[in-house]
Amino acid sequence: MSGAGVTAESACPECLRRSWLIARLADNIQVSCDDSPGNRTPELLRLSDEDLTSAVAPKQLDEVLSGNSDITEALMVGALLDSGCWACCHHDPRFPDGLKDGADAPRALIGKGEGFPLSEVTTEASVTIVGSRRATGYGLEVARTLGRDVASTGLTVVSGMALGIDGAAHRGALERGRTVAVLACGPDRAYPVSHKRLYRQILETGLVVSELPPGCEPRRWGFPARNRIMAALSQMTVVVEAAFRSGSLITAEMASDAGREVGAVPGQVTVGPAAGTNELLANGAALIRDARDVIDRVIGVGAMPLRIVGPPVDRELRPVIDAVERGCGTVDGAADFLARDSVEVAVGMARLEVLGYLTCSITGNYSRTSQEAPDET
Amino acid sequence: MLAETTAFTIDGISARPVRVEVDVQRGLPTFQIVGLPDAAVREARERVRAALVNCGYDFPLKRITANLAPADLRKVGPGLDLALAAALLGAAGEISTDLIRGWAFAGELALDGTLRPVRGALAMAEAARAHGNAGIVVPPENAREAALAHGVDVRSIENVSELRRLSEGIFPGERPAPLDLTRVPALPDMSDLRGQGLFRRALEISAAGEHGLLVVGPPGAGKSLGARRIASILPPLSGDQILEVARIASICGVGGGAISAVRPFRAPHHTVSAAGLVGGGSPPRPGEITLAHRGVLFLDELCEFRRSSLEALREPMEIGEVSIVRATGRQNLPCRFTLVAAANPCPCGRGEDDPGCECTLMAIRRYGAILSGALADRIDITLGVAQPGAEAMNGPPGELSADVRKRVMDARMMMENRYGSPRTNSSASSAETKAFEIEVGATRTLADAHLTQRISGRAHDRTLRVARTIADLDGCAVIGEDHMNTALSLRRREAK
Repeated sequence: MSGAGVTAESACPECLRRSWLIARLADNIQVSCDDSPGNRTPELLRLSDEDLTSAVAPKQLDEVLSGNSDITEALMVGALLDSGCWACCHHDPRFPDGLKDGADAPRALIGKGEGFPLSEVTTEASVTIVGSRRATGYGLEVARTLGRDVASTGLTVVSGMALGIDGAAHRGALERGRTVAVLACGPDRAYPVSHKRLYRQILETGLVVSELPPGCEPRRWGFPARNRIMAALSQMTVVVEAAFRSGSLITAEMASDAGREVGAVPGQVTVGPAAGTNELLANGAALIRDARDVIDRVIGVGAMPLRIVGPPVDRELRPVIDAVERGCGTVDGAADFLARDSVEVAVGMARLEVLGYLTCSITGNYSRTSQEAPDET
Repeated sequence: MLAETTAFTIDGISARPVRVEVDVQRGLPTFQIVGLPDAAVREARERVRAALVNCGYDFPLKRITANLAPADLRKVGPGLDLALAAALLGAAGEISTDLIRGWAFAGELALDGTLRPVRGALAMAEAARAHGNAGIVVPPENAREAALAHGVDVRSIENVSELRRLSEGIFPGERPAPLDLTRVPALPDMSDLRGQGLFRRALEISAAGEHGLLVVGPPGAGKSLGARRIASILPPLSGDQILEVARIASICGVGGGAISAVRPFRAPHHTVSAAGLVGGGSPPRPGEITLAHRGVLFLDELCEFRRSSLEALREPMEIGEVSIVRATGRQNLPCRFTLVAAANPCPCGRGEDDPGCECTLMAIRRYGAILSGALADRIDITLGVAQPGAEAMNGPPGELSADVRKRVMDARMMMENRYGSPRTNSSASSAETKAFEIEVGATRTLADAHLTQRISGRAHDRTLRVARTIADLDGCAVIGEDHMNTALSLRRREAK
């Protein structure tokens, strides 16, 4: 643990008060977003304190504004210290540079976790990986290896800690390097709850950030708002798997609006889970097959040749790898395909799983990992 | 005049003796039954009256009081009819009170005096012996079952009118021959399962080591077909076990009195309640797990079962007994069964990796939660199956159940020699698994798996037990590398 390099007192009270104001208006913003579906949160959050308040809570304008300016610095710092959080605002040199230029960027970040200094979260050295919450096994595996391999080159993997792709990307990054989770609630809350363990792991070796003060609950409008932070933090946003109208596509759009690069992992063209990513590709997003494609664009072509080669594989196990690559997910399916004895194939698949070439889901379905087999000698 | 005899009432899975006393006195004609009877017992008055009158007996128009002792035991069911009729005839002076005193009676009466079968005749006959009765009179349908109880005279009568012969000092009825337990009914055969080599092997391993088995796959993959055939490869019940299983089946009124050495196979529908599954109700009745005692409990569509039902399974599975506690007392019911479960990977069955699957995230998570839940953690073998290809479907039929069963029985013999008692590998303690003989290569395989996979201590022991059973099926004293790898491929994976 090297520490985030910032403390509860690193942000100026003016910027912090903005966070507290947004939290105070959270319900009003939700109502206003519900009333006019076209009204996008990032545009609201671009407004000044007065304009924002009069836009979402015109009747309570004076009460809210005076109440907010009455919040003392001691109170805010106390709340941060109580929840173990730190804060940093855009006046501070350690504030992530990606959030300094955008008009709708948050003025302050509130965070938790001591994995590495916040000042090292730069646009240049960060890649955002997002995708569907309801991902396929294939998508999860791609996200995990992408997260792992991107992080292993020293880049920071930014994601939203949501179920599915986001979580897989964080987990992959945690295996080899740095990761930042951007939450749609206060940074002291693990949301979704089922990612509580992942949240704790990120706190240990990574950072969790949010524009909302500690204790703030997640609301629907918070997710697109969170997406704009993710998009702005890094120089490239990679969407691994997204259906039509997925929130990840909003992130990609924001990234491209903010002048960042957008990449997408291709998927099957016939049906749902990859329709959004394929659409992105059709519209000119960079095609991402593995971390190498990301590195080529983020650092430079050929900057870091990546090829994870696994341990040696027996000659007779190679056809088994081949069978799984062709979609034989079960032992008996692969045995049928190879016209070999099932128990023999089961033994082979167990061996390949141990060697890291295959992975098996809780439903007993095998799929291929990105680990390459060494050339036969 | 006073007469008494013995009857039995069912309490859980045992028959409890009930002393039936009938007193006939002068007074206003009434017929009262006291001693905590339930509605069915109280209604015996009408059946007994009609049956006796229709069989030509004089029904005493006097004050009749029947007492059922002990008074604090709730008497249930119509099985007490015959005993009430016999005691009443004795008290009315129609038949000898001495003869009926030492005997027990079980049977429901039809209005014409014919006897109808009762539940739990075997348990009643055994209880009659334990209670010191000279013999027990049962309806003809229950006679051969009751005759399985040794050391007690069993007679079957068809009609209550046959009791008249008691007045001549002769005990009526025939001595039935006991049921033939060597008869084995035809079961669906394993040869129907084509292809699916690992699935067949998994069924065999499960049958040999009594390992719980969870099979996951899309509809049409043959999950239920295979699981239902496990009964045909299980070793037969031993003599005592047959009686134990038959007693339970008879009391619960399942199997239509068919008693054989075939192990029970229970497949409750997924709408079953927790009480229906583990037992319960008031008075408590045995559940499906007790009916599956010494056999297989098959839960098809595991993920569609109620969470409460599955949760309730956990503890009984671990200790092989379920304890049902009511304000009126506690009952311990046996439930040593092998759990076989089948599940779809998601509600539509295609599996979330199939692009055609349109199940919601919540539905998939609900399924995943069950497949990785605490119950699944107690299942030794998990495997995924796919629909067999056309080649396998058109291929030759699989191996016959009889051949598989022979290997299973040989493996059981090896286990019995190892533990010195008829136990199986699934019951091996952690200390016993450490004593398993393992080849160096197999130990290394397991160590490698520890390095690259997340394997908990519980999963480690489970893998060893399954590997031990696979080696036993191959007749190997030492666990080899292939045995270990097969066991590893059949282990439960963690959720991602």
